[in-house]
Amino acid sequence: MTGPSRSPILDVGSRAVFHTVLVVAVYLLCSGHNAPGGGFIAGLVAGAAFVLLDAANDFDPAARRGRLPPEVLLGAGLAVAAATGLTSLAAGATFLESDFVSLSLPGFGTVKATTALVFDVGVFLLVLGMVLAVVDRLGEEPE
Amino acid sequence: MNALLALPVGLPVAGAALALLCRRSRPAQRAISTGVLVAVTGVALVLLREVEASGPVAGQIGGLAAPLGITLVADLFSALMLVFASVTVLTVLVYAVGQRGTDVHRGVFHPVYLLLTAGVCLAVLTGDLFNLFVAVEVMLAASYVLITLGATREQVRSGMTYVVVNLLASTLLLVAIGLVYAATGTVNLADLSVKLGDVPGGLRLALALLFFVVLGVKAAIFPLFFWLPDAYPTAPTPVTAVFAGLLTKVGVYLVIRVETLLFRPAFPGPSTLILAVAAITMLVGVLGAIAQNDIKRILSFHIVSQIGYMVFGLGLFSLAGIAGAVFFVLNQIVVKTSLFLVCGLVEHATGTGSLARVSGLARRSPLLAALFLLPALSLAGVPPLGGFVPKLALVEAGFALDRWAVAAAGLLAGLLTLFSMTKIWTGAFWGNPEPAAAGERLQLPGIMVGATAVLVAATLAVGVAARPLYDLSERAAAELLRPDGYVVEVLGR
Repeated sequence: MTGPSRSPILDVGSRAVFHTVLVVAVYLLCSGHNAPGGGFIAGLVAGAAFVLLDAANDFDPAARRGRLPPEVLLGAGLAVAAATGLTSLAAGATFLESDFVSLSLPGFGTVKATTALVFDVGVFLLVLGMVLAVVDRLGEEPE
Repeated sequence: MNALLALPVGLPVAGAALALLCRRSRPAQRAISTGVLVAVTGVALVLLREVEASGPVAGQIGGLAAPLGITLVADLFSALMLVFASVTVLTVLVYAVGQRGTDVHRGVFHPVYLLLTAGVCLAVLTGDLFNLFVAVEVMLAASYVLITLGATREQVRSGMTYVVVNLLASTLLLVAIGLVYAATGTVNLADLSVKLGDVPGGLRLALALLFFVVLGVKAAIFPLFFWLPDAYPTAPTPVTAVFAGLLTKVGVYLVIRVETLLFRPAFPGPSTLILAVAAITMLVGVLGAIAQNDIKRILSFHIVSQIGYMVFGLGLFSLAGIAGAVFFVLNQIVVKTSLFLVCGLVEHATGTGSLARVSGLARRSPLLAALFLLPALSLAGVPPLGGFVPKLALVEAGFALDRWAVAAAGLLAGLLTLFSMTKIWTGAFWGNPEPAAAGERLQLPGIMVGATAVLVAATLAVGVAARPLYDLSERAAAELLRPDGYVVEVLGR
């Protein structure tokens, strides 16, 4: 659907920017343990990328086909976050206790990977799902 | 750390995630919710046993030591609350599953209901003031969804008041927590109960009253109850029932917890201010109830009135007073919830809860009448039902401290409660059925009646087990007034 409200500049610009924004989101997600960032902010940034894409498509539901529904993201995020808490409990540590391993990755040097990152991934998915759900539902007619 | 403390919070959250993921399959969602809530109830019972046998249990989330880490702690009061709350939540879930149309809406009901449970559990188990705020927010965020479930115009309208009032109160709660932190440098409850001793008396009283007001909004204490009778009746019955039975009671729990554990030295004896507020809450609530002509609205005003009794017990700041308040809270959870479930059955069967339009239900379904009568008499405090003992304990505690006026207000409110219950009874249950429906048996879904009957049986059990329950309440009150064991368990010194 090409209505009068569709702007070619936004259309092309959003597609150019979309992937870059997602990379920034992943960077924020990974750096969040010791530096500004984290799952919440990364989720918002990634959500903004999708909202931008939607805005360029004039919030046409057809353009969103093939995407995971927000509920799945919400559920998966919550599941990951809850699982980290319960896993540490099952492993004999306390609820939500964090552990880390130092990995030496070629090209990155030594990287510390913490289990808190897994929790953060859960938060990321949750926030992303929330943003998409809100954009999806706001202004919808009541059933 | 003791896994028993984490599971009542972790399990519902994990269950909510699973329920969201299989939102297209209602049987799967129902199985998950029921399984999780049965497990939580089991954990709560084990926890109560442990706390009862060996005193408060504490643990630190993530293994970070208190006062820096987030503490979960259960003493007798929180363990008792947890047991009553989980039983109630489980029964109402079964009722909701039995009521057609409640848990269908977009597959949202089950996940949100489980998150509400997680919020309630966290609120009673937290040992940290900021985490308490988080718990209240989890609980409320879930309640915002539940209260507008179905999204009719009327629900959204009264839901708005509910949301705005609660958001405002939450903001103030955050401000109050900030002030406490500024004054003491800690938000750990056990640590605070020690450090607040060094804060000047005037400041301590100001903080205590600030918390009383802020949490008073959540607990619906006079004059901050105005949002409740409008908001509750519009939601689907199972939702109203769990809100009525639990949410305001969690508010009262928090008021009692904060005012005794943290601000005990600010109230050297009975507080006339709190007692006056309690008396007015009792009377205004019950007078409001008498003026209503709809079962749900009458019961909603009664929530407010009964909150007054709990505040009455708190305001005495004596062992007997707090013990009475603790017992009262526990009894109210089951009584209030079962009354709302019965009211839901009436609405389900007749299509209305208006006293002008239903009558003679006792003839059409004696079972339903019995299910209403027992908790109604318990609510009014008629012996030998469960509501009698805490009311007697409170009035006695009031007389013991020469607080005649508030004790008299309690007795008067009890009488008026009986009157308004009689109003429902004569209006809806007694008399002849309307001619069109005469002789016709009421069609009631078995699952809903079963769930209600289980909860009514629980109200009877409270009456039968009044002695041991009162002893437990008294021990809980003793722990609240003398929190040494609690502090040692949390801080390890």
